Order: sequence, then C-alpha cells, then structure tokens
Amino acid sequence: MSLKRLLVLGLLVAAVLAGIVSYYASSSPDGLEKVAGDKGFNAKEEEHPLGGSPLADYGVKGVEHERASVGLAGIVGVGVVLVAGTGLFWGLRTRSRPDRQDTRKTHA
Amino acid sequence: MHVPDGFIDAPVSVTAGVIAAAGIAVSLRGARRELDDLTAPLAGLTAAFVFAAQMLNFPVVGGTSGHLLGGALAAILVGPFTGVLVVSVVLIAQALIFADGGLTALGVNITIMAIVTALVGYGVFKLLVKVLPRRRSSVTAAAFSAALLSVPASAAAFVAFYAVGGTTDVPLSTVIPAMLGVHVLIGLGEALITALAVSSVLAVRPDLVYGARGLARPLRLATEPQKTEEVATS
Repeated sequence: MSLKRLLVLGLLVAAVLAGIVSYYASSSPDGLEKVAGDKGFNAKEEEHPLGGSPLADYGVKGVEHERASVGLAGIVGVGVVLVAGTGLFWGLRTRSRPDRQDTRKTHA
Repeated sequence: MHVPDGFIDAPVSVTAGVIAAAGIAVSLRGARRELDDLTAPLAGLTAAFVFAAQMLNFPVVGGTSGHLLGGALAAILVGPFTGVLVVSVVLIAQALIFADGGLTALGVNITIMAIVTALVGYGVFKLLVKVLPRRRSSVTAAAFSAALLSVPASAAAFVAFYAVGGTTDVPLSTVIPAMLGVHVLIGLGEALITALAVSSVLAVRPDLVYGARGLARPLRLATEPQKTEEVATS
C-alpha cells in the first residue's frame, strides 16, 4: 500500500470515529473523574477558564442537534490536530535518506 | 484521565509545567532523528487518530468509562520522542479548544498522559520485542502489553503529583487502590485499540512501524520469502 493511500485511509478512519462514532461514546465519567468524585479529592475542582468557548466539551455552541454538534466538533478537532501535528512534524523531519523513499507508489 | 484545574496545587502544577516543558524540549530534539519524509505525515495522522480515539469513551465498570491515552501507540508507531509530541499536540488542542483538561493542569496532563505513557509504553514494548520470538505476532503482543501497562503507570504518575500537591486531604491509602484498579481495566481497552492499530499498519506497511523497524528484515526472510513486494522498502 502506498503511503498516500495509507494516510487517506487512516484519516478517513479518524474522521468517521470523531465525526460519527463519537456520538455513541459512553457519557459516564472517566476513571479519574469517577474516582475523584467517589473519594472526594475533586472538592477544590475549578471551572475550566475556557468553558464558554465555542467548542467547549466537544460540542458546537449554537448547534442544537446533538449528533451534528458532537460530530462537527470532532471533525474540527481532527482537522486542527492533523494540521498542527503534520506542520510540526514536517518542520522537524530530517531530509529523507534515499533508502527511505516511498518506493511502493507504483505498486498501489 | 484529563486532570481539571484545582486538583493539584499551584507550586506542584508549576513544577509539572517545568517537567512537561523539559520533556517536550528533549522530544523536539529527539524527534528529528525519528522523522523523515515518510514518517512525518504518519505522525501527523497518528495525532489526528489519537484525538479521535480519545473522544470514544468506552464503559468499563460501575458507571465508569475510559478512553485511549495513545502514548504507547504513538511511541510504537512513530518513535518515543515523536510519540510524546503527538500526545502533547492532542492535549494542548483539547485544553485550549475543547475545555478538556485544565490550563494550570496542562503540565500535569502532558507529564502523565504524554511523557509517562510514551516512555513506559515504549520501554515495555522494546523489552518484550527483545525477548519474544521474532514474529509479527510478537510485535502485536508487545504492543498490547505495553499499552496495558502504560495506563496504570499514568495513573500512578497522577497519584505521585497528588501525593505532593493534592488540594484535598483524601489519604493516599484511599486514592492509590481506587486509581490503579480502575486504570488497569481501562488499560485493557487501551491495549486492544493499540494492538489493533499497530497490527493494521504492520499488515500493510511493516516498514513504517518505528518499533518494528529492526525486525522487518529477518521476519520477512524467515516467513515470507515469496513476497517480492516487501523487498522494495529495504
């Protein structure tokens, strides 16, 4: 499989997970939240300073439709992280050695 | 596992910030050796995948859920230094855009969810790959175990911060067993997702799995001498 194909496929998987499957995620508190609540070490927990931001808590502010709201937030997140991450890693990479070229392009 | 603001006091949060900054600085340097024209886009994709997977809380037990942390997965796929950066990018985006994980707690979160998981995950993975037979299934098994252990290790790192800077006086004898117990269970989910993701990439492009690079050639000669396509990457 060519790198390009692998990347497109991987991105598709990420987009489906964040954009569609995320709606079906468990809404129970996660391990830390639950234990902190049960045992009481969340007593001094503070509100998130950016809690009023447009994408806070993985929902798009103003979008009433729950499925669309979480899905859109997920897609935006995947996009932002992809661009930020790829930009950072592309900037950090060393020049490719000849033996690390993507030689399978023709086999795809 | 995202720690909100107010769980850990200011001095220890600042200390954690310094640890996180140092870890990122070291990783920025180390990642240069791990990244090239092929792996840089794969690392970007890994970050996007970890973000997506972290949205998918799975139920564990008694009204509790867990989600992938991704440090072990990223370290195995794209290298330990890059792995730290992959999860850090995700955590920073979550804190700043999605109000998930506190701002003063960002140092704590990067330390426990990016640095500890990538280091413990990669350490366990390398150790197991060394002792297990040189087979593709061994790489998957090592990835499974590494991910499984990375989650309680992350929980233990949280407890360590809580021990020195917790804002409440809930005793450690209460916090430790509760945190470790539930995070071993969450670790099973982490292990399944990690093993699935690593074996998927391994199946189509074994040469792109950082943690399996040294193994690719002997593994190929021993088991798949017919596949001429594999030779193209060496």
